[in-house]
Amino acid sequence: MSALHIAGLVKRFGALTATDDLNLSVAENELHAIIGPNGAGKSTLIGQITGEIQPNSGTITMFHTDVTRWSVPQRSLAGLARSFQITQLCQGFTAEDNVALAIQARQGSSFRFFADARKDRRLRDPARAALARVGLADRADRLVEELSHGEKRQLEIAITLAMTPRLILLDEPMAGMSHDESQKIVALLSSLKGTATIVLIEHDMDAVFALADRLSVLVSGRIIATGTAEEIRVNPDVRDAYLGGDA
Amino acid sequence: MQRGERISQILVALATIALVALPVVAATFGSTYAVTLATRLLIYGMVAVSLDLIIGYGGLISFGHAAYFGLGGYTVAILAFQLAEGVPIFGYDGTNEALVAWPLAMLVSGLAALVFGALSLRTSGAYFIMITLAFAQMVYYVFVALKYYGGDDGLAMARRNTLGGARIVDPQIFYYICLGLLAAVIFLVGRFTRSRFGMVLTGARMNERRMAALGFSVMRYRLVAFVIAGMIAGLGGALWANLARFVSPDMMAWTKSGEFMVMVILGGLGSLFGPVLGAAAFILVESTLSELTEYWQVLFGPVVVLIALFAPRGLWGWLTVRRRGA
Repeated sequence: MSALHIAGLVKRFGALTATDDLNLSVAENELHAIIGPNGAGKSTLIGQITGEIQPNSGTITMFHTDVTRWSVPQRSLAGLARSFQITQLCQGFTAEDNVALAIQARQGSSFRFFADARKDRRLRDPARAALARVGLADRADRLVEELSHGEKRQLEIAITLAMTPRLILLDEPMAGMSHDESQKIVALLSSLKGTATIVLIEHDMDAVFALADRLSVLVSGRIIATGTAEEIRVNPDVRDAYLGGDA
Repeated sequence: MQRGERISQILVALATIALVALPVVAATFGSTYAVTLATRLLIYGMVAVSLDLIIGYGGLISFGHAAYFGLGGYTVAILAFQLAEGVPIFGYDGTNEALVAWPLAMLVSGLAALVFGALSLRTSGAYFIMITLAFAQMVYYVFVALKYYGGDDGLAMARRNTLGGARIVDPQIFYYICLGLLAAVIFLVGRFTRSRFGMVLTGARMNERRMAALGFSVMRYRLVAFVIAGMIAGLGGALWANLARFVSPDMMAWTKSGEFMVMVILGGLGSLFGPVLGAAAFILVESTLSELTEYWQVLFGPVVVLIALFAPRGLWGWLTVRRRGA
């Protein structure tokens, strides 16, 4: 069964075709990496998977449901969680508040007006647990604006995990992290393998080759190859188009 | 943080004592003017608190809040007018009973907020400001044109509403009714802002994109906040109509919307109690400066500018938030 199936996806911006008849299938519980040079159309693809960008044609199917016309929140509630390449956090809230909101989103309607959300253990306990998983337990009460860049990246991942997603979309999660921090995230992601479907967009090739079950190579809005790390390494098209002469 | 909360609690306690004692003290000096002035403060404070819910917490800069204030006032005045004239409105005889008229005022304002909010919340930023203003102006001109209800000249109420059948003649009793309702509004809005609902509303102000990605359809939460704020403003308008025993389109003029915004910003955005302080400052400055000159706003302008420059968190923030560390 495929967790994510994309067929014939096209997105044009004026004369530019950012997504050009793209096909992609990600199996359930697979960790699938998407790599590609700058300008290949990764951001546009992510936008269409999450629902922020509407494609001109083609379909996006998640767990056998066509979600092509669904809104961002609808897709999220159906089990999609994404982390942002450029951190998107609620700056005036604490780290724990940010994670608690992710948990709150999964506990039904938030039209609850009277009980103090910050004293609600059904939100706060799992929020602390998610922060501990990414190594931010001691920063829980810090305002986001007081966190370092690397800590904000970790918080992004804590929020994504707290959504208990079936399909996780990670947009360059290691970007801007120190070596130590990204090692932690690699370890965390490998511990998640097999429990959820993960689509990983990442520039750090060491991380990608270490983690991914399969890779897809995106060039000029098309997937030019899909396969295991070994298959991709030796694929002549990929070498030509992407890995270039130095591979 | 801790210390700021302590100072807030002390200030709220002092303000509560002062407001409860005010009519008694005023009576010993034989002054009814002070009670009337303070009642205005309570009503404006209530409307400012409601506006703070959407501007301060929600980040939705509504420039049409006076419309809901005015609709609340007109609802009460029209119901009393129809009863006095013996002419039913929509098959209803009208009423002079607060327990019926005030909830109806909230309902009318809430419905208007629901319709205007549903349309204006599709936009954001400067467009949202302009469209909320446009709807308020629409309501304003409707009442200017309604000659049956006095048009430009407004509509007088022969007497105050009755409360549970009893007449409210004594200005002190009316003052305490307003004080009690203001306390209830602050309590409820305080609970709302701390609740799950409030976290979504505030989070959407801070990062709408993040909230959508988490699965929140933020517009629904914003619309509910908009309606709650409209209903509270409607209650404020109903009280105002009873205080002045008069309503006019001036209640919903765009300058009135501006005054409410000034109160919120002066007091401190997102500070719950701040808007009441802002309303107090506004009324005090207005009543003292307007004795000096008819053009008191010329003097008031620079005061607002100074506060914006030196107390960016408003008066409440300036009083309660001390520089941390360093």
